[in-house]
Amino acid sequence: MTKYLQKTEFHVFIILVAFSLVCGSMNAGFWSALNIFSVLKSSSTVGIMALGMLMVIVAGGIDISIPAVAVFAVYSTAKYLVSINYSGGILLPFAMATVIGGLLGCVNAFFISKYRLAPLIVTLGMASACTGFLRTFIGSSVIANLPQSMFDFSRATILSVTQADGSVARLSVAVVVLAVVTALVWFLMNYTTPGRGLYALGNDPVAAERISFNNKRIQFMAYGLSGALAGITGVVHVSLIRQANIRDLEGVEMEVIAAVVLGGTAITGGRGTVVGTLLGVLLLTVIKSSLILMDIPSSWQKVVIGGVPILATVTTSLRKKSF
Amino acid sequence: MENTKHMAPSLTSRLFHSEDNLFQLAAITILTFALMSALSFDTFFTLRNITSMSFLFPELGIFAVGMAIAMLTGGIDLSVVGVANLASILCGFMFIRFFPADASATTIVLFIAAMVVMVLLIGMICGCLNGFLIAVFKVPPMLATLGTMQLFTGISIVITNGQAVVGFPEQYSAIGNGSIGPVAIPLLIFLAILTVFSIAAKRTTFGIDLYLIGTNIKAAVFAGLRVKKLLIFAYMLVGALAGIAGIIISSRTNAAKADYSSSYILQSVLVVVLGGVRPTGGKGTALGVLLAVLALQFLSSGFNMLRFSNFAKEFVWGAFLLAIMVINYYTNERRKT
Repeated sequence: MTKYLQKTEFHVFIILVAFSLVCGSMNAGFWSALNIFSVLKSSSTVGIMALGMLMVIVAGGIDISIPAVAVFAVYSTAKYLVSINYSGGILLPFAMATVIGGLLGCVNAFFISKYRLAPLIVTLGMASACTGFLRTFIGSSVIANLPQSMFDFSRATILSVTQADGSVARLSVAVVVLAVVTALVWFLMNYTTPGRGLYALGNDPVAAERISFNNKRIQFMAYGLSGALAGITGVVHVSLIRQANIRDLEGVEMEVIAAVVLGGTAITGGRGTVVGTLLGVLLLTVIKSSLILMDIPSSWQKVVIGGVPILATVTTSLRKKSF
Repeated sequence: MENTKHMAPSLTSRLFHSEDNLFQLAAITILTFALMSALSFDTFFTLRNITSMSFLFPELGIFAVGMAIAMLTGGIDLSVVGVANLASILCGFMFIRFFPADASATTIVLFIAAMVVMVLLIGMICGCLNGFLIAVFKVPPMLATLGTMQLFTGISIVITNGQAVVGFPEQYSAIGNGSIGPVAIPLLIFLAILTVFSIAAKRTTFGIDLYLIGTNIKAAVFAGLRVKKLLIFAYMLVGALAGIAGIIISSRTNAAKADYSSSYILQSVLVVVLGGVRPTGGKGTALGVLLAVLALQFLSSGFNMLRFSNFAKEFVWGAFLLAIMVINYYTNERRKT
């Protein structure tokens, strides 16, 4: 029992429950199906990216290029599909964006692993290069006439609940994408050798190499998957808001890092779990939506999102001292 | 005399044989200037353009000196632009609220001087927060400053509602737009900062301590350095420099806004890396920073004249940053063998 009590995930879970109870008592709308479904829906975009970021951070790196990669992948996909009057299913857009995102992630991994460069600076450069390339050579205007299947995706629901006042709350299918990605990443990180390699690399690169992990390959996996998941996020996001805009997702990397760190992941690598990350994402989304419910101006969001990861890291470092 | 062995090497030998590739960098800078002059001779190689450049690059240069100090210690400071904007917004509020409309010349000068001091203090407070998080709470510099960047920008948005703050007095704008003789005031400020930095880095205990922290923080602790205090002080300096850059930006544009000049973050990292400062700390020179910021400004102005869009420049800066780091990798490898 004490084993569970000391886990970071447990603490985050308690905070999440406590915070939700406080919000619920202040605003009856908090526990409505509508609000819960909307929290889940907005968690799904940040959540998919956060799982990619989790793998990178556990492996001892960081990837701040994900918003740029996501927009690059989905915008170029949408532009191409519109130009060929694509009318097929949703799988092709997802596949294309995933591949483009994955390739861009591999470019990150190439610089970081081959030349042993600082991940922060490499991904900072990549973010600028991707955004600049996209806007110069591919396009910069908003794409609103997306393929029909992407519109259908935005309308698709997996659950609808009739609320007390007669309105119907629907749960978006985006949650399914998050669930599938979660299952895959969870399996990868816990039950496969390369997945355990992420932890080994993040804890001690030299030791990881001695026990015959191929560090370079693990880095390619981490950044490649982070880019691929960013591509998936891009398609989900663009489908949900029904237009592709190059300005979308700007600054979301901070939210993603905040969620990952909030979930008990060590920013220095080697420690972090899928469950913790999802709880972190939920907590952050609940905090954000409660700001709106409590009528706090949305300009405060940036302050909160900046403060959260700092507070989380400070408490982690304080706790480490006390043990 | 035995001492002659330890005498500082001459400037030329330092340029040709130093590890910092300063000679290569100087060549790159001159080549960039020559290339841009050749490509658009009528517009680039004019006194007007050179004057206008001398008003522009000091801002980036001052951010870069701050970034260089953070990187010397093995850290990074992504919050510099956030600090600059927050400080100049608060400064703008003070001007709007308290600036006497019909004051005598001395009062005006004193008031502006007080504002400059206030901005420096705000910068130092912000930097102190960074340093505290990094040194005392052991938050990795990149995360701490990424968070405080968001925090400072957020506070700026909250207090301004995202609007630009305008209404700086005319006399204040002399800082960013005036010149003494043919030399722009921002350029003078930048050169003064650079001189102090170059002397402080190589000739004072504080500077050498920072190099040691960046080279090997454990060794610095065992050598008895008060690492926490030094780190906090270093980040306070970075904050103060960001404040100065904020003054120059707000006085040149006569406005302050929460999301001004955010592209300077990437560019100052680029300048510092191009200038031979090692991102893991412990290595870097003032001369390198100066040459790199000049090279970048020549490129940037040249691109403007060739009608490159801002987006294209964004692409070039990112690709350039990656390329420079790869080139540095190969030159370091070659040196090892």
